Amino acid sequence: MMKSLFNMKCNFCGNVCDDILVQIEEGNFTTKNTCKLGYHKFLEHPRIEHPVVNGKKVSYDEAIETAGRILSESKKPLLYGWASTVNEAIKIGVSLAEMLGGVYDNTSSVCHAPTTLAIQEAGIPSASLGQIKNRADLLIFWGCNPMSAHPRHPTRYSVFPKGFFVSGRRKRHVVVVDVRKTKTAVMADEFIQIPPNSDYLIISALRAILRGEGDKLPDEICGIGKDVLNGLVERMKSAGFGALLYGLGMTQSAGRHKNVENAIRLVQELNSYTRFVLQPMRGHFNVVGADQVPTWEVGYPFAIDFSRGYARFSPSEYAVTSILNRGDCDSALIIASDPVAHLPMKAVRHLSKIPVIQIDPHPNLTTKLADVVIPSAIVGIEAEGTVYRMDGIPMHLEKFIDGEYLTDEEILERIYRKVVELRGDAL
Amino acid sequence: MNLIIKNGIVYDPANGISGEKMDIFIEDGRIVEEVKDGRVIDASGKLVVPGGVDMHSHIAGGKMNTARVMRPDDINSRKKVNPGFRAESGYTVPNSYGIGYRYARMGYTTVFEPANPPLSALHTHEELDAIPMVDKGALVLTGNNWNVMNFVRERDIEKLKAYLSWLIFKTKSYGIKIVNPGGIEAWAYGKNMRGLDDTVPHFEVTPREIITNLIRANESLNLPHSVHLHCNNLGVPGNYETTIESMKLAEGFNNPERQVLHVTHVQFNAYAGDSWKTFSSGAGEIAKYVNSHDNITIDMGQPVFGSATTMTADAPAQFALHKLTKAKWGNMDVELETGAGIIPFYYSPKNPVTAVQWAIGLELGLLVDSDRVVLSTDNPNGGPFTAYPDIMAMLMSSKKREEELEKAHAFVGKATSLPSIDTEKTLEEVIQMTRSLPAKILNLPRKGHLGSGADGDVAIYDINPLETDPSREHERVKKAFSTAEYTIKNGEIISEKGEIKKEVYGKTIWVNSFREDDWNLIGDDVSRIFSFYSLELSNYGVEESWIRNSSPVEVA
Repeated sequence: MMKSLFNMKCNFCGNVCDDILVQIEEGNFTTKNTCKLGYHKFLEHPRIEHPVVNGKKVSYDEAIETAGRILSESKKPLLYGWASTVNEAIKIGVSLAEMLGGVYDNTSSVCHAPTTLAIQEAGIPSASLGQIKNRADLLIFWGCNPMSAHPRHPTRYSVFPKGFFVSGRRKRHVVVVDVRKTKTAVMADEFIQIPPNSDYLIISALRAILRGEGDKLPDEICGIGKDVLNGLVERMKSAGFGALLYGLGMTQSAGRHKNVENAIRLVQELNSYTRFVLQPMRGHFNVVGADQVPTWEVGYPFAIDFSRGYARFSPSEYAVTSILNRGDCDSALIIASDPVAHLPMKAVRHLSKIPVIQIDPHPNLTTKLADVVIPSAIVGIEAEGTVYRMDGIPMHLEKFIDGEYLTDEEILERIYRKVVELRGDAL
Repeated sequence: MNLIIKNGIVYDPANGISGEKMDIFIEDGRIVEEVKDGRVIDASGKLVVPGGVDMHSHIAGGKMNTARVMRPDDINSRKKVNPGFRAESGYTVPNSYGIGYRYARMGYTTVFEPANPPLSALHTHEELDAIPMVDKGALVLTGNNWNVMNFVRERDIEKLKAYLSWLIFKTKSYGIKIVNPGGIEAWAYGKNMRGLDDTVPHFEVTPREIITNLIRANESLNLPHSVHLHCNNLGVPGNYETTIESMKLAEGFNNPERQVLHVTHVQFNAYAGDSWKTFSSGAGEIAKYVNSHDNITIDMGQPVFGSATTMTADAPAQFALHKLTKAKWGNMDVELETGAGIIPFYYSPKNPVTAVQWAIGLELGLLVDSDRVVLSTDNPNGGPFTAYPDIMAMLMSSKKREEELEKAHAFVGKATSLPSIDTEKTLEEVIQMTRSLPAKILNLPRKGHLGSGADGDVAIYDINPLETDPSREHERVKKAFSTAEYTIKNGEIISEKGEIKKEVYGKTIWVNSFREDDWNLIGDDVSRIFSFYSLELSNYGVEESWIRNSSPVEVA
């Protein structure tokens, strides 16, 4: 008999859409209401079928024992990944890194870390997504392309939804600022195509105009006419409620965290005229949790070194690429991510020289290089736990299939106990 | 295991014990009349009191974590490795372990988080779960909630009651908090409430109606705690009048067990004058009102000279502060419910305004009767909770206050009456203000006293109260209260002379007043409103099984 589960959560992007219909029949399931990306995420993908140590099939016990031994014998292990697992697993990972005197870093260090650095400088004027849905009559998408990357963001939270005060597409003005004409730009009311790496200058120009000092600017700023920027500032000031939503186009182009800081200050200044908020379009479904959990556990969100027994934060030293480029770790535990596919060659080369433990449901490039591979249950399908949506709103993912694999949480808990046993120094 | 605390000098204001040499017995985590044998702590010549109860301290949730991210300077400022336990970091916004350990070292065993935004209640509970050593609870934010304002406008008290029961249940909270009623909703379009009779845009209700009806509903539901109010106009010169007007809203209500309205961190709402130039203290007027009305209690919200991190649901007040100080500013609007603002701050003795704020806090602590005012810094808004021992010493010693006043800006003498107050609270009164009174206000019958049946939460301080004059020896008093000789939680020694001995995880206390009938009354209304949330109704709230150590209080 078919069983229908309503309002399940999608475990793909930072939207964490929670209106997914899952229909289960004889152990197989199908999904409805997902976007294309979510649909594919829920399809069956190749699995890591069994634990592996040095290319040989082993039991969970043996793989966990080997992992515990590698970690407990390391001087400075790197524990990296985390964006696609649940808070409960991340929490154990952070305490494991602290106990081992290692390094904790998550995938935001190659993604929205500049946002964090900008928040350190300036704060962040933000809002939950429902506030944007109910009130925003001006949406500026800057260096992000939700139509491709967060496909249901426009329909659920920003451009199209029926909000309380502002409802539907026609009541909202949509501006896209990007270096190329994306799918999102196509459906926008206004597209401002800026040259690559000009974000900082253009935001600075907008701030100058907002302060009434536009007359000091040249007629063109990075090829954009001053009248265009004047018009944008007027529109921002006269909005009922504005939202600036930005992505990696801002965080990973020249200027990086200074771009974001500039945007934050622009939005802060706009609040003297009207309400305006800013929201980073975070990628993975729990990359926010991978920042939030260590923040309450030890004080910092990512790039954390524990070699002195307490947490130290320094992205230029302790972020994954810095550590690996420097060859400054003697083992690595990689969970819920694929650094071999995404990090620079030099960093990957160091990974290939040290013992690597991988925990993941699916094989990826990192699997090929890992010495210990431990398969895990898929979060949100076979494993439950807490995640944070891109705006920091917490959600609890349910499991709806009994899988044959241990969860990330169980595996980490067992590795943790093994390390305590081997080292004889419980936290 | 049993514990016998022998020969200590016991102060237990709730049971009328004041400086008596006696033994305290703990069995199975609770205080009992006597046990035959067990581990003995020799407390001869030492002060024995109930574990401290902090009824208003921001320790968990989204705003705490955003503050940590905003303040790497603060996290960097204090680091400590505790061999065998977790490391600590931070000063005004420590990590969760630091919060638990520091409370334990100070002899505190119960702490309540007063701002739980319903939509992110699960985050609040995740952080509460991470705090070791203390029992905890949270108050749910209600004063700008759309359902609340709708039911108030419709004058439907039964629906309002049902909704509050449901909300407290869904968020696993202990009671009802109001922050700047109506003002945060107005802030969504850049406005604020300036008085009790302003109208909340679109919702057509006033702060007066919101407060009055929430008190009515709270009393009718027979919730353990009263309404817990952060008044309108926080941080604005002249706001003491709004505060007294708000207190008057409780006049029609009475509860033989406790107050019917707790007004919180009153220092921030006790300003006279009409600008920062004419800024002065309204504490005297507030003290007069509170002392003559037994249905009101307050806590101080004492500023501490030095670094602080302001964090509050009062987002419009925080924007005003950002404009004033130009400091970095975090804001979080929470759809249909509430908001938050975060700004680092520094209370300087040399700045006339912050010096006067400091003096106003102390005026409230000294002028208000000790059975009506709780010691608090509104941690970390006035400064970190670790400053409590310093504040205790100031309340007990006019000599210490004179020394502090010498460092403070001369404006304090003009704008406040602090220099002329020679009141010195007794040790017993200060124990009351930090133990029995907050426990009574929260209505926690097993907290804040050492009578039979109470939780075995005890603090032992290395000071002989019978041979110490707190007025003269204020430095010794402060030192003793900063680091308990022993802190005992449910009969176990968790901290000794500042060293963590055992990591324990306390209970999360919440109130279960929800009945299925309640939902029948409000289901349609809540479901209709829910289409304006960004998540589904079925995914809203916190399940009891997700909480580490859930301890529901059933309400009849």
